[in-house]
Amino acid sequence: MQGHVVPKRFYFFIFGTLLALTALTTAMAYVDLGEWNTIVALVIACCKATLVVLFFMHLRWSTGLMRTVLLSALLWLAILIGLTTTDFFSRNWTPVPEGWESSLQRPPAPRSTVGAVREPPLRPDRVARGGDVERAYEYHTVE
Amino acid sequence: MADSHAASALAHQFEDLEQQHEAASLGMWIFLATEVMFFGGLFAGYTIYRNLYLAGFTAGSHMLNVTIGAINTAVLICSSLTMALAVRAAQIGKRYALVAFLVMTIALGLAFIIIKLTLEWRHDYLEGFAPGLNFTFMGPNAKAVELFFCFYFLMTGVHALHMVVGVGVLSVLLVQAWRGRFGPDRFNAVETAGLYWHFVDIVWIFLFPLLYLIGGRY
Amino acid sequence: MATAASDLDTHVNYLNANYGVKSWLLTTDHKRIAILYLVSITLFFLVGGIAAVLMRIHLIEPNGAIFEPGAYNKLFSMHGILMVFFFLIPSIPAVLGNFLVPMMVGARDLAFPKLNLLSWYVYMVGGVLTMYAVVGGGVDTGWTFYTPLSTTYVNTNVLSAAFGVFVAGFSSILTGLNFVVTIHKMRAPGMTWFRLPLFLWAMYATSLIQILGTPVIAITLALVAVERLFHVGIFDPAVGGDPILFQHLFWFYSHPAVYIMILPSMGVVSELIACFARKRIFGYSFVAFSSVAIAVISFLVWGHHMFVSGQSVYAGIIFSALSFMVAIPSAIKVFNWTATLYKGSISYDAPMLYALGFIGLFTMGGLTGLFLATLATDTHLHDTYFVVGHFHYIMVGGAMMGYLGGIHFWWPKITGRLYPDGWARLAAAIIFVGFNLTFFPQYMVGYLGMPRRYAIYPPEFQVLNVMSSAGASILAVGYAIPLVYLIWSMRYGPPAGPNPWGAKGLEWETPSPPPTENFEETPVVTEEAYAYGK
Repeated sequence: MQGHVVPKRFYFFIFGTLLALTALTTAMAYVDLGEWNTIVALVIACCKATLVVLFFMHLRWSTGLMRTVLLSALLWLAILIGLTTTDFFSRNWTPVPEGWESSLQRPPAPRSTVGAVREPPLRPDRVARGGDVERAYEYHTVE
Repeated sequence: MADSHAASALAHQFEDLEQQHEAASLGMWIFLATEVMFFGGLFAGYTIYRNLYLAGFTAGSHMLNVTIGAINTAVLICSSLTMALAVRAAQIGKRYALVAFLVMTIALGLAFIIIKLTLEWRHDYLEGFAPGLNFTFMGPNAKAVELFFCFYFLMTGVHALHMVVGVGVLSVLLVQAWRGRFGPDRFNAVETAGLYWHFVDIVWIFLFPLLYLIGGRY
Repeated sequence: MATAASDLDTHVNYLNANYGVKSWLLTTDHKRIAILYLVSITLFFLVGGIAAVLMRIHLIEPNGAIFEPGAYNKLFSMHGILMVFFFLIPSIPAVLGNFLVPMMVGARDLAFPKLNLLSWYVYMVGGVLTMYAVVGGGVDTGWTFYTPLSTTYVNTNVLSAAFGVFVAGFSSILTGLNFVVTIHKMRAPGMTWFRLPLFLWAMYATSLIQILGTPVIAITLALVAVERLFHVGIFDPAVGGDPILFQHLFWFYSHPAVYIMILPSMGVVSELIACFARKRIFGYSFVAFSSVAIAVISFLVWGHHMFVSGQSVYAGIIFSALSFMVAIPSAIKVFNWTATLYKGSISYDAPMLYALGFIGLFTMGGLTGLFLATLATDTHLHDTYFVVGHFHYIMVGGAMMGYLGGIHFWWPKITGRLYPDGWARLAAAIIFVGFNLTFFPQYMVGYLGMPRRYAIYPPEFQVLNVMSSAGASILAVGYAIPLVYLIWSMRYGPPAGPNPWGAKGLEWETPSPPPTENFEETPVVTEEAYAYGK
């Protein structure tokens, strides 16, 4: 039993399409589309992945069970990313009580040193402690 | 020819070769599902942080070399082609073609790894973009840029690890193919290795735009 | 077709087919691998159990009877890690599943016997790494490894413990993969999906969770290790990282993991109830589908571990509603088991005692889960002993009882010997009493506000804590007794014959112990599952 044998020419055709799409996505990065850059890039990536899955991985000629396996994996990935992002995206829907604005999550300030020495977490309503840096693996004392 | 060859190719727990082939394929697809979830954790973290710190991630992405990334993408796509041709050669019993295509696939895989190691990672380390080892970037959004590079090295690193394993597996198969082990009745190993190899290619197909093309290069 | 094995030593079975250490350590026979797992998980259970005993002794005194807080932290962490990852998750799948799945589908072995052996070695490597953490000074982060504590602020053996769990996870994945392929592709002629024993539906659902969930905790622990080793800030707020992200990734697996622990037990209970009530399981397809439903919905509820973590309230609302949904399929099972018992011809052998205990204790544990699923009440109950009571009712009162019931049920098939029934029933009763005395006071003391994972507590909670510790000592006796008589029975127990319980199922149509190839010729299935009487 051989399974499904695909003609060589067909493989080369898919290969050519994949290279063309790669060139396309690279070229599109140099075009200003604003927010659409990301979407275009991801759509092209999905097309490439679909071609590889269907034709190089033979899913086009495989049983429904294998397709279900792949779709389930993608669905579960969507669940992981989707439900996790609902948390992060809805965090600032809750009004912040007065006096707590400073604890809003915001991008941290630039880090000035490199290596094992770590600064304490930056709190905007506090003066950063000058030379009093702390090392990792030591217990913090409570102030 | 069929019976004795088939008998040796059939493992004792299976009833016939078709059941064995379907079990092997299903097993590899399920394993690939686990790999989707394994990389998925990294993609989830990446998604969260990219949305929180887009400016920093864009800045970090612009430090990467799109040309090398695109070349690497093309290298992997070539290797997927040669892998598919290798499986095909095994299916129709062409031993020398199988060996040749496996050699090409391994070579392209190694080329990918070498390009990554020497032209990209080494360069990033020397430029001071390696978090934990040598991170000296001090511009705006530096911490977010550091976070970006954490994910860059983690995602490409885990991917490269999978490539190395893939190269190893293919090397074993190469030796076996050279000894004439594979044929129309016995090519499950080549096919399942091919599925794995294509999957690793697909991961890179997504890594390329997500890491190299954030925010465009206009 | 199979004659009663009246003399175990004359017929060739999987136990006497080959002798020598190599024949065991290099076996690909699923039955031998099941025995390898049985020995290993029992050892890990003993170590985790010793940690529990020490904790309960320590908690007799409000100020702690024995340990410093740091040492106490290490005890509960090691107890959790060993029990969760090295006992409960592998227990039924790796022991009973490995032994029975091929036999129940009518196959000679699993789909990938060598992967099966690999899974045991991977498990042992993970176990060694974790034991290195235990012996080398312990871990004190809890089995949950929360960041930034685990990544930045402790100097205990987080790396080796996390690495051990990481490795052991692959054992779980390989087992699940093997089962799914076997059940899909290797069913005997006539064995349609709806003739499968419900134990196999449960194992299938469990395998789905193992396959889809375990990789996520693998990558999460790898991230913790990277952050610890390279001081990079993936979960570190100082670099813009978010500790809550760790919790999301961790619980995405660890909540479905608790269903990995309970689903196989539910499958066992279905088998036991059917056999010892001499009745077909009421609502077979409901029970079958509920297993898959639990597996699917279990992936949607993980945020209920994070209601007070800083997670968005809106996400919390969604997770709370979904958590109520996941209780429904479990309840469906309980209703169907009860309906099976109704007008059944019930006998109270030891396995049945465990099954009945499961139904009662699991129901209590599940109902208390609803208090925790409710966003509002969980704000009070989170991180109290109420949670500890809840999950021990499910894990010990549920999963463990199902495991013991299954061991007792299939022991004659596995070893070819019968154990003394009187002692078995006595042990089941002692376990039931000891268990309730240990864990019911924990609900009370938790509701009154005693926090979990604390080495000390206010003096007004002492009475309940002493009760709990007293119960633990009874429970320990209850667990010791089967260890004695089961080992005794391997040498001195009377021969069991192929079907001592008169049960239905392909595994009971083989000699006890079965031959290596399970069946002389592939069986053909013509009757429905549980075709008892009627």
